Amino acid sequence: MSDASLQNGPEMGTPRAKSSLLELDQRTKKRNAAEARFRAYGIAAIAVGLVFLVVLISSIFFKGVGAFQQTFITLDVELLESKLDKTGERDIEKIKKVTTFGYNPLIENALKAAMEEAGVENPFAKGKDLRKMLSSGAAADLRDFVIANPDRIGDTVQFRLLASSRVDGYLKGRVTRESLARDKNLTPVHLDVVDQLKDAGVVAKSFNLGFITGADASESRPEQAGIGVSMLGSFYMMLVVLACALPIGVAASIYLEEFAPQNWITDLIEVNISNLAAVPSIVFGILGLAVFIQFAHLPQSAPLVGGLVLTLMTLPTIIISTRASLKSVPPSIREAALGIGASKMQTVFHHVLPLAMPGILTGTIIGLAQALGETAPLLLIGMVGYIASNYPGGLIEGFMSPNSAMPAQIYEWAKRADPAYYERAWGGIIILLVFLMTMNIIAIILRRRFERRW
Amino acid sequence: MKDMKISAKNVQVYYGDTHAIKDVSVEIEDNTVTAFIGPSGCGKSTFLRCLNRMNDTIDICRVEGDILLDGEDIYDKRVDPVQLRAKVGMVFQKPNPFPKSIYDNIAYGPRIHGLARNKAELDEIVEKSLRRGAIWDEVKDRLHAPGTGLSGGQQQRLCIARAVATEPEVLLMDEPCSALDPIATAQVEELIDELRQSYSVVIVTHSMQQAARVSQKTAFFHLGNLVEYDDTTKIFTNPEDPRTESYITGRIG
Amino acid sequence: MSAFWLLMIILALAAVGFIMGRRRAISSVQGDGRLLHSLPNYYGFNVAMLAFVPAVLVLGAWVIIQPMLISGQVSTHIPAALYEDAGQLNLIMSDVKRVADGLDAAILQGVLSADDASLLNTETTDVRALLGEVGVALGSDVAPSVLSAAQEMRGKTVSGNLIMTIVVLLVAATGFVAAMMMTRRDFRARNAVESGVKALLIAAASIAILTTIGIVLSLIFNTITFFGMFPASDFLFGLTWSPEGRGGSEHLGILPLLWGTIYISIVALLVAVPIGLFAAVYLSEYASRTTRAIAKPLLEVLAGIPTIVYGLFALTVVGPLLVNFFGADGLGWMQGARSVMTAGLVMGIMLIPFVSSLSDDIINAVPQAMRDGSYGLGATQSETVRQVVLPAALPGIVGAILLAASRAIGETMIVVMGAGAAARLDLNPFEAMTTVTAKIVSQLTGDSDFASPEALVAFALGMTLFLLTLGLNVLALYIVRKYREQYE
Repeated sequence: MSDASLQNGPEMGTPRAKSSLLELDQRTKKRNAAEARFRAYGIAAIAVGLVFLVVLISSIFFKGVGAFQQTFITLDVELLESKLDKTGERDIEKIKKVTTFGYNPLIENALKAAMEEAGVENPFAKGKDLRKMLSSGAAADLRDFVIANPDRIGDTVQFRLLASSRVDGYLKGRVTRESLARDKNLTPVHLDVVDQLKDAGVVAKSFNLGFITGADASESRPEQAGIGVSMLGSFYMMLVVLACALPIGVAASIYLEEFAPQNWITDLIEVNISNLAAVPSIVFGILGLAVFIQFAHLPQSAPLVGGLVLTLMTLPTIIISTRASLKSVPPSIREAALGIGASKMQTVFHHVLPLAMPGILTGTIIGLAQALGETAPLLLIGMVGYIASNYPGGLIEGFMSPNSAMPAQIYEWAKRADPAYYERAWGGIIILLVFLMTMNIIAIILRRRFERRW
Repeated sequence: MKDMKISAKNVQVYYGDTHAIKDVSVEIEDNTVTAFIGPSGCGKSTFLRCLNRMNDTIDICRVEGDILLDGEDIYDKRVDPVQLRAKVGMVFQKPNPFPKSIYDNIAYGPRIHGLARNKAELDEIVEKSLRRGAIWDEVKDRLHAPGTGLSGGQQQRLCIARAVATEPEVLLMDEPCSALDPIATAQVEELIDELRQSYSVVIVTHSMQQAARVSQKTAFFHLGNLVEYDDTTKIFTNPEDPRTESYITGRIG
Repeated sequence: MSAFWLLMIILALAAVGFIMGRRRAISSVQGDGRLLHSLPNYYGFNVAMLAFVPAVLVLGAWVIIQPMLISGQVSTHIPAALYEDAGQLNLIMSDVKRVADGLDAAILQGVLSADDASLLNTETTDVRALLGEVGVALGSDVAPSVLSAAQEMRGKTVSGNLIMTIVVLLVAATGFVAAMMMTRRDFRARNAVESGVKALLIAAASIAILTTIGIVLSLIFNTITFFGMFPASDFLFGLTWSPEGRGGSEHLGILPLLWGTIYISIVALLVAVPIGLFAAVYLSEYASRTTRAIAKPLLEVLAGIPTIVYGLFALTVVGPLLVNFFGADGLGWMQGARSVMTAGLVMGIMLIPFVSSLSDDIINAVPQAMRDGSYGLGATQSETVRQVVLPAALPGIVGAILLAASRAIGETMIVVMGAGAAARLDLNPFEAMTTVTAKIVSQLTGDSDFASPEALVAFALGMTLFLLTLGLNVLALYIVRKYREQYE
């Protein structure tokens, strides 16, 4: 060390004692421990996040997968002419006059016959008690069959009828003899019968197509409820969102990114867009209720209105992503086109827009996925779950007649008292997530496939 | 003859597949300003960053060969780069004061290394360092103003003072004047010359005049090779390698 | 003529206009397209545009305004004795509209002739049964005044539609002819078309402003109506929320709802901010490229899951789990599955990726030079993060947290399903409480009459929610923008 002093400062304190690099001093050890702790916090944070994800996904799966299986009771039902068509004229109008009550005895007979065949003793005095094993919708299924095929009256036809939700729950382990102690709908005695019928192959679980294609059912018939109709409602809404949000979003982005002058109006629009992106979705529901229904008198609960509300909600998302992909097209492309005498409009529509298209589509799909999962605004414009009990008649009706949407249907099921509906709700979530996953995968593929690095 | 502070033997550096430094051996003396010169991309900055293992922060960078600081291999497994960097400080191309007050900028190093037992000692270290950085008179009345509010030259001197505050043994400077105007450059160069009294200073520079002004030893790098290493006066008046001569006279670069 | 067919006619006119305009342009230069100012298609587009756009604008405006005008006029003819307030008048008017629609349907199905419809009389005909036949079900028998109002409405609508047809066709034709007259070889068709397109683009961009205006107006008008029925001071400072009490005894104080909202948001942020922030720090400062490539998208999956899923998760998984520990069998703090804790925890999970990806962006925006400076002084990575990177990123992170808070405040489904329905001012986080959003849903989806204070209060709640989140958003966006400018 030189001992020459500095002109503009006092000599520094004595330098630290020479220490070897190869030995960690005490302080460094402490600091390294702090470092390791800090790093551990980070890993823990990520692990916690991922554990939540795993718990969430696995509860969705385990709680929902049951909805795709349903218990059916296979019965040979004799369609007695004496009950269904006393006159024997096969007059469809008269056959229609027989209500579902008229079909109940047929079902009771068929059940008794099936039990006899399986060697099961009938513990019930009343046929009505026996019928409790079946869904109350079973008679309606029979009636629909007879009305569609009046010529089969008098025959014995094999039907696969829905078991009641309690029986279904018993086979799935949700319902036990203890839980039936105070249940009005089924007794443990029924379960003994079910056990024996199950061994005989009369009662069995199988794939539940009705859940995917069916309509919502009343509160007392969870075994019949399906998500099909509200799926259609969601589908029509997505059509509206796609048809409105994509063109408007792209047009708005083109203006803001390519043409807008730097002035306060442009600033106002931009601030508006970024604020709208963060406005709670329920506020859009209020907007839809006040503007589309109160003011413009559009029909309540219609997928058209739902679609319009979701359009307004997703527009900011689409505009933000579209602007980003327009921005990523390098200025040299624009200059090249302008340089050979294309007008600004031609430059944008012939060169910039096609190059930005994959990014725009990706953003749109992600916006659609967001709209598909949204619930709160739909509740306000009346797209509540119990409405989804009839298929829309045609295209126009699909847009205009009251319907629900998948998330609203799930919410409706979650609200119902019968725990059998929780299973439906989780099952609905699986279907919803399958859609969302598909959309996101398409978006990822689009991005991978067409991503261009300039 | 002065002590050898750092001696590098057969150093190879790879960035992924690129061989950035090819078999460089160099001995850096204590209390000396050593300049690394050479055209852009010749590896001089990369080599500098090997000397305090700043390259560790880049995933794909790999260093081979021996670099000894006072006879100890700094790439030894037992060496903690944090402890090494406390001994081998660094000043960067662009002034990079932290978004804190001037005082906290200087106090940062002493705090993390535990150099001060109390506030009074810390105050003392801060003042000494700022005096060494030749910036004390300009900032003594606003020690708690943000460091980012200073001018470019002041910021760079603040960064030098910050590096000095941890009492390093070697000070590495990566083109410290490239972002500064000529007046600020002159101030920093003057400072470097003073720092030589207490430290071994290694400076990477683009400017040959600067190398000639501030350094005693000069190393010329070209395409990852160390072409020539000698006394500065010798390199600038009588280079042995024709490539050095071409560079000095402005034919390559 | 219905608006739909009118639209079709205008469309056809536009199509014809395109072909004729194009042809006229080409013939004006004897087939040598090079002599034209613009490409021939532009001349065609110009004609189509002028024929279509003004006519459609008129049509659209007419379709929206005419029913409002007519129902306004008709409602003045409803005898004042039949209603007491605006709500009842509204109900009567919707009956009138149904009857008018029913008459239309009847004429369409051939049950009635147009003349019969206007001469219909409640004394001679059972209008309810008649309309029931054509599929329009009415809740009660039709009062004479309603029927005559409906007939008046029909008459006005028919004549209004006639005028509309004439006006719209006239506008379309004028546009068509004017554009054809313009079509000459020197006419700058491209510029005309392009300014038209540009106007369209501007219109699309202003939808953002229109949406905001729509939100503000729909909230303001209904809130004013609400405050007309219910004192604003009771709403803003009331400590009880119990809308069930009928006949003026209802309490609609917002404070318990606000408290619930804020309490749940705080719990959510207490979960999301530390986890999200540490995750962001780890991902941006420590994680290897592969870890980052796997963990980041996986965390973001949490953000893509719809809130209804989180709601159900809170209700059926987290709630019962908490009850196990804190319920009657455990510590005894918790009554049911729904509580502030349930909703807050689940909302926190939902917000983790929101906080982490926003903070990740912000931490990445801190220049590398800052880190190098710290490493060069011998700081460890955690010291660098804690003492240099995070302080430098602080404004941005504060902005991100504010955005997350705004999310939490506006979140609906999780609180509807997980927090409960009881409005309470309580400190126990294991109690069920409710929030502003949950009450908006319940007040607007319940059975209460739309014009009653019980329903209208939802708009005042919406207004509060909107202002609250808007304030947070504006502040957050401002902070983040300032922060980004600093490092650009």
